Amino acid sequence: MARARKTHFVDCDILVVGGGFGGCGAAYESRYWGRDLKIVLVEKANVERSGAVAQGLSAINCYMGMHCGENQPEDFVRYARGDLLGLVREDLVYDIARHVDATVHKFEEWGLPIIKNKATGRYLREGKWQILIHGESYKPIVAEAARKSASEVYNRVMVTHLLMDSTRPNRVAGAVGFNVRDGSFHVFRSKAVIVGAGGGSHIYRPRAVGEGMGRTWYAPWSTASAYGLLIPTGAKMIQMENKIVLARFKDGYGPVGAWFLLLKSYATNAYGEKYEAAHIEKLKARVGKYAESAPLPTCLRNHAMLEEMKAGRGPIYMHTQEVLDSAEKEEIGWEDFLDMTISQAVVWAAQNIDPKEKPSELITSEPYVMGSHATCSGAWASGPEDFAPGDYQWGYNRMTTVQGLFGAGDTIGGSAHKFSSGSFTEGRLAGKAAVRYVRDLKGDQPHVDENEIRQLEQTVFQPLETFRVGRNEFVAGTVSPNYITPLQGLQRLEKLMDEYVGGYSTYYVTSEPLLKRGLELIEMLEEDMAHVGAEDLHQLQRAWELRHRILTAESVTRHTLYRQETRWPGYYYRADHPNLDDADWHVFTASQYDANTGEWHMGKLPVHHMVD
Amino acid sequence: MPTYTDLTRCDGCGECVDICPSDIMHIDPSYRRSFNVEPNFCWECYSCVKYCPQHAIDVRGYADFAPLGHKVRVRREPEKGTISWKIRYRDGREKAFSFPIRTTPWGSIKAPGDYAPPGMEALNSPMLAHEPEALKVTALPTLAQSDTAAQSKV
Ligand SMILES: Cc1cc2nc3c(=O)[nH]c(=O)nc-3n(C[C@H](O)[C@H](O)[C@H](O)COP(=O)(O)OP(=O)(O)OC[C@H]3O[C@@H](n4cnc5c(N)ncnc54)[C@H](O)[C@@H]3O)c2cc1C
Ligand code: SF4
Ligand code: SF4
Repeated sequence: MARARKTHFVDCDILVVGGGFGGCGAAYESRYWGRDLKIVLVEKANVERSGAVAQGLSAINCYMGMHCGENQPEDFVRYARGDLLGLVREDLVYDIARHVDATVHKFEEWGLPIIKNKATGRYLREGKWQILIHGESYKPIVAEAARKSASEVYNRVMVTHLLMDSTRPNRVAGAVGFNVRDGSFHVFRSKAVIVGAGGGSHIYRPRAVGEGMGRTWYAPWSTASAYGLLIPTGAKMIQMENKIVLARFKDGYGPVGAWFLLLKSYATNAYGEKYEAAHIEKLKARVGKYAESAPLPTCLRNHAMLEEMKAGRGPIYMHTQEVLDSAEKEEIGWEDFLDMTISQAVVWAAQNIDPKEKPSELITSEPYVMGSHATCSGAWASGPEDFAPGDYQWGYNRMTTVQGLFGAGDTIGGSAHKFSSGSFTEGRLAGKAAVRYVRDLKGDQPHVDENEIRQLEQTVFQPLETFRVGRNEFVAGTVSPNYITPLQGLQRLEKLMDEYVGGYSTYYVTSEPLLKRGLELIEMLEEDMAHVGAEDLHQLQRAWELRHRILTAESVTRHTLYRQETRWPGYYYRADHPNLDDADWHVFTASQYDANTGEWHMGKLPVHHMVD
Repeated sequence: MPTYTDLTRCDGCGECVDICPSDIMHIDPSYRRSFNVEPNFCWECYSCVKYCPQHAIDVRGYADFAPLGHKVRVRREPEKGTISWKIRYRDGREKAFSFPIRTTPWGSIKAPGDYAPPGMEALNSPMLAHEPEALKVTALPTLAQSDTAAQSKV
């Protein structure tokens, strides 16, 4: 190392990585049960406005309303299962559903304005599962609760690696990272670690590739660290092929939920035809009974839209002008975007679209990798002790296959439709379980090897050194024969994922030969990561975000190759296996990466149906 | 370029640097004012705009798809619990909206450590903090763990 660098050692009982919705829930609940424990929250940005909810939300998408008799957890399991064409961890989904109302009631008590139905006094329903909020400050409110829970909060510390125990196999011992402001190295030694580091945007090429590339639907800072941190530990991952494509307002990526569900707007093709029903019969030939699920699964609705676009019947339009017939509704429509996707309001203003007068275009997004939406990529986790089947539990709720390593939100696989409230709830479940785990350890300390730490320090800061040395060889600019910048690496990744692994440029189509070629190119990109150059600490953060994205992308590609069927048309298509195949593939796909050999082990895990 | 800083209003306080989730608002070393170092990693989340005490930051929609001439301006007033928006169209039309953001005073959330400590036997139950009261139902629902539950019913 050229310069002397400070190292901070932090010892704690529970380390929470990522202060988003999962992480804040984990901090809160672990403090409730572990009054005397040292609980540390580490966040690469500022918890006040970090993660997918940084700009706010206009709805809570997971709320049962059990006490009003609106929905019961079983209903929610049926819904999530239907939407994912049969494949969810029903134990995990049920577990979220039975606790989530308490989370939402707490949010309201804390000061989140939840809109009420004036006639009934209940929360105003946007849809069967969604309620409406004035949610501009959703994240600052939740962050306040988290700050009051953690013993210490480290903002602006980017976690790069998890640490494994040096004396016991398959046990977590903490994490390392660096402070993005002062460049100090951070070593966290912890008995338990809860990862809530969020899902992935920019795995695939986004629709806008110039200045507007940051306007993705999932935030550009959702860097798939949840998976990038877990994969090297050998934690078992599932359903990584189950990436999500979203139908959204074009260019601003404004969500459609409030428009379809609350305002009762509708979409048509360019010729004014409501097109969805026309595609159902053909869909039955592809996916059988699942095409009859009500509501029509998210991916199948995408499929219908894609068929229209391919046939040249776009643009697809959302007919906002048909429903904004009062000042109140106009406000709801605008607030929907001003609370969570301000860019869509910018698009309206810039393109002279008054939603009261004109329809707006819809389009399908590039794929994202997540575990909390209408999709469930993530880690294989132990289920609730009181009812999960034997092969779904091995100790503590939401613990991965690595001892002491827990997850929440996008981190945990199989548990779709959690959204903000469910991710926070899952953090609470993990937080309580981690307290039990730490108590059961009875003071048994984590062991971290000093040499390994020094090696990791070298690895973490290497991109700065690579830049410093390589930069001397040419006059100016970004073209170096010896290194690539994080942005160059990211754009290579996005292009290859788009072209080989089912991005929008192929209408989400891929196949075994394409996937195998894609893997060759990913492997070369991985080799080139040894030559990524970072000109400052900010670019060093970008370099490690890229590393997490690449690991995730490789996992996505391998899972997509492994599942020989097209389970979710509208999310992606295996051209060589165009139909859903329940006989062979009514299972979870699983992978385990071996950091010592660099090998990936693929397999199947059973889907148990626990609700009729 | 998504966000840009008005040179005459900014006093270099660094609030925007502190809040930006993308870490792209930096202080220019010679001007000692903030600027967006990576517009292509800006989400137009408006966090920096909302938190700037001088109202020195504004947004110009992404060049890829937003024609010029628009403005979406905001004033967030945490102490009043409101946020107000002013929208100006490319063709000059204007709209204004105002929404609540919080119903309780900032800082008023009761910390989890301030509740009576739970009994240790509760640590082994499936119940989370404040349950079942916070659920507003009498008991936490559960599923029967039967042998059939462990069978895969394809
Ligand atoms: C536009 C949009 C609209 C949405 N609409 C709704 C809605 O209406 N209703 C709803 O309920 N949900 C909605 N969601 C979904 C909801 O936001 C997510 O489901 C939820 O935030 C996931 O929680 P999480 O904790 O997994 O991730 P996040 O909340 O994103 O948190 C991840 C955290 O980890 C931090 N982090 C990441 N990597 C690292 C690292 N290496 N080191 C340290 N820290 C790190 C991040 O900065 C972040 O704070 C929406 C999301 C978006 C983007
Ligand atoms: S917050 Fe405002 S005044 Fe302070 S540095 Fe940023 S732009 Fe300048
Ligand atoms: S709008 Fe958001 S992402 Fe863009 S510079 Fe401001 S805080 Fe950062």
